[in-house]
Amino acid sequence: MRDPRWWQIFSLALLLGYGWWALDFDQPLLGVAAILICGLVAQWVGSKWAAVTAYDPRSALISALSLCLLLRSDDVLILACASVLAIASKFLIRWNGKHVFNPTNFAIGVMLLTGAAWISPAQWGSRTWSAFLFASLAGLVLNRAKRADIALAFLSTFLGILLARALYLGDPWAIPLKQMQSGALLLFAFFMISDPKTTPDRRSIRIAYGVLVAVVAGYLQFVEYRPQALIYALFFTSPIVPLLDRLYPVSQERRYLWANPTV
Amino acid sequence: MQMPMALIVLAASVLAAAPPASAFCGFYVAKADAKLFNRSSKVVVARKDERTVVTMASDYQGDPKEFALIVPVPTVVSRDQIRITENSLIDQLDAFTAPRLVEYFDHDPCAYQTAAGSNFGLLYAMGVAARDAALLPPARRAEALGIKIEAQYTVGEYDILILSAKQSDGLSTWLTEEGYRIPAGAAPVLGSYIKQGMKFFVAKVNLKERDRLGFQYLRPIQVTYDTHKFMLPIRLGTVNADGAQDMVVLLLTANGRVETTNYRTQRIPSNVALPSFAKEEFGSIYKAVFDTQVQKDGMKAVYLEYAWNVAWCDPCAADPIPNDKLAELGAFWLANPSPAPSAGPAGIQRVPGRTMLTRAGNAFITRLHVRYDAQNFPEDLMFQETADTTTFQGRYVLHHPFKGPVSCSNGEEYRKLLGIRRTLEAEGLARLTGWELPAIADKMKKASQPIEARPGQP
Repeated sequence: MRDPRWWQIFSLALLLGYGWWALDFDQPLLGVAAILICGLVAQWVGSKWAAVTAYDPRSALISALSLCLLLRSDDVLILACASVLAIASKFLIRWNGKHVFNPTNFAIGVMLLTGAAWISPAQWGSRTWSAFLFASLAGLVLNRAKRADIALAFLSTFLGILLARALYLGDPWAIPLKQMQSGALLLFAFFMISDPKTTPDRRSIRIAYGVLVAVVAGYLQFVEYRPQALIYALFFTSPIVPLLDRLYPVSQERRYLWANPTV
Repeated sequence: MQMPMALIVLAASVLAAAPPASAFCGFYVAKADAKLFNRSSKVVVARKDERTVVTMASDYQGDPKEFALIVPVPTVVSRDQIRITENSLIDQLDAFTAPRLVEYFDHDPCAYQTAAGSNFGLLYAMGVAARDAALLPPARRAEALGIKIEAQYTVGEYDILILSAKQSDGLSTWLTEEGYRIPAGAAPVLGSYIKQGMKFFVAKVNLKERDRLGFQYLRPIQVTYDTHKFMLPIRLGTVNADGAQDMVVLLLTANGRVETTNYRTQRIPSNVALPSFAKEEFGSIYKAVFDTQVQKDGMKAVYLEYAWNVAWCDPCAADPIPNDKLAELGAFWLANPSPAPSAGPAGIQRVPGRTMLTRAGNAFITRLHVRYDAQNFPEDLMFQETADTTTFQGRYVLHHPFKGPVSCSNGEEYRKLLGIRRTLEAEGLARLTGWELPAIADKMKKASQPIEARPGQP
């Protein structure tokens, strides 16, 4: 299994199962089915439309599983729409061979802005062991995806913000510690922001971008009091990635390519 | 014939989402034990867009001279943003949303005709969020300590101060000098709020006004402000608190269910069949259910006990609350709805299956119950409103066996099933409450509902 995406699919499916059985996730089977089927069908239609050589479900599966984990609605149609939106954004919002938005982030961002659906940032609870579970699973993915740099840049900056805030406010360490032990945070860092298709090509710029997303997220969470700060931070900063790639290009060979380049 | 898979899935999810919609024509039996949960408080939060209305109930029983309340608020509040309301309104909302016990009576297994009746017990939690006392506040010393008295009002029986401060030491010194008993360890928490730009709402009882108004109890204080921060400050209450406290937060919103974003919100176990002695002991049973759940989750979660549109209920633990009363509880968007041309006066309509409010406005109630202490809940409660309009209630079910003579072949079958059902009920109760199975069996026996159904006696 050379392709790291299989590992991602495996980890996401495992997390979904864990959330379902152990944490009583608010995602009925019908919702999961709607998201997966619509995502895969949208990918198939998109592949035909874009005349890509072969239909490859892996990327669509990753987006769909991430949506299952994060997005909540009491209306299956909305979940289905979100899944189609995620995949469509890959085909329609593109620049220089890369899609601009992480598909899951795009769909969730749009759904949150319209108020049609919601995410439950605290659904994972804050027990340490579940954080460890995440970390180890995520580590597995990263070792294969070789994009640990942006995830670590983001995470360390965000943790820095949490600690600095606690220090400034004179809060007990229990507060930043609790904020760190968040499944949503790790999921975001390791499965969303580190998407190779939507991060800057050059490593130094990628790291700087990770820092930027963390700063924007910190601002939205602690100054604007937006509980969906992480999603919005990536959503609103994604459009500058094509600009960064243009200002700081890398040679074509060094651009990240999956084993079988598809959409 | 086999059902296709998709159909089975659909049916299962529908069942999971909605309570069984059997015909409820029934009556209501209240069993409202006050103070079921010790050291508990009740807050109503209504919010639409940025406007937030917080109503704090108090069942403070001590000397009113000794009563004071200190609440961090996100903005300076003006005189007309403070109201005094009635405990009865909050109690009504509390009763309406409380976990409920539903009774069903088995039909004659030998008859085709059905006849169902039902009644419900309920319980609720209430409490006080009291701080300690004060004398009169002069402003000069305040300035020296970096405290600004932003505003000062007498509203109803309360004297109210809105304070802003530069630093926590100054604030706690001033409060102490003014006679407020600030718990040791409060200064850092006050400091954190000061740095987050919060103001402080301080209320104490104006004895003269109280005597003039003639109230023997303290009425709830309601504060309105516009803020991004959809939150409830709980940290001051946990400083120096001896053990955990309970809080019931009743949230009124325009669209859907509310949940906490920094602590997991989970549903309280619901729709469980209980042995019939539960009717007499429902209060202590629900308390045990809650205790057990909190223990199981390591006191890390916030529990959803009720989520429903205000317009109707099924079964109803209390009558639906009309718009004007909800508006008084803070749901300001219901205050003056444009009346539909054909509609008559607002009222309550009972149809088989549900009790509905005619001409109801659009509002959703969420009831959250949290047990918290400083260790497990270091942060204030942060909320978000979701688009979720799925109904949920803490609902426990009693099935009473048919009492008449049973002399058909169905009757034998019925008796057998009854035995199985009782065992399941006992096990369900044991699982929910952590009570020992033999003790439950003993109680069932005393209630003439032994676990093994004896032949000839259902």
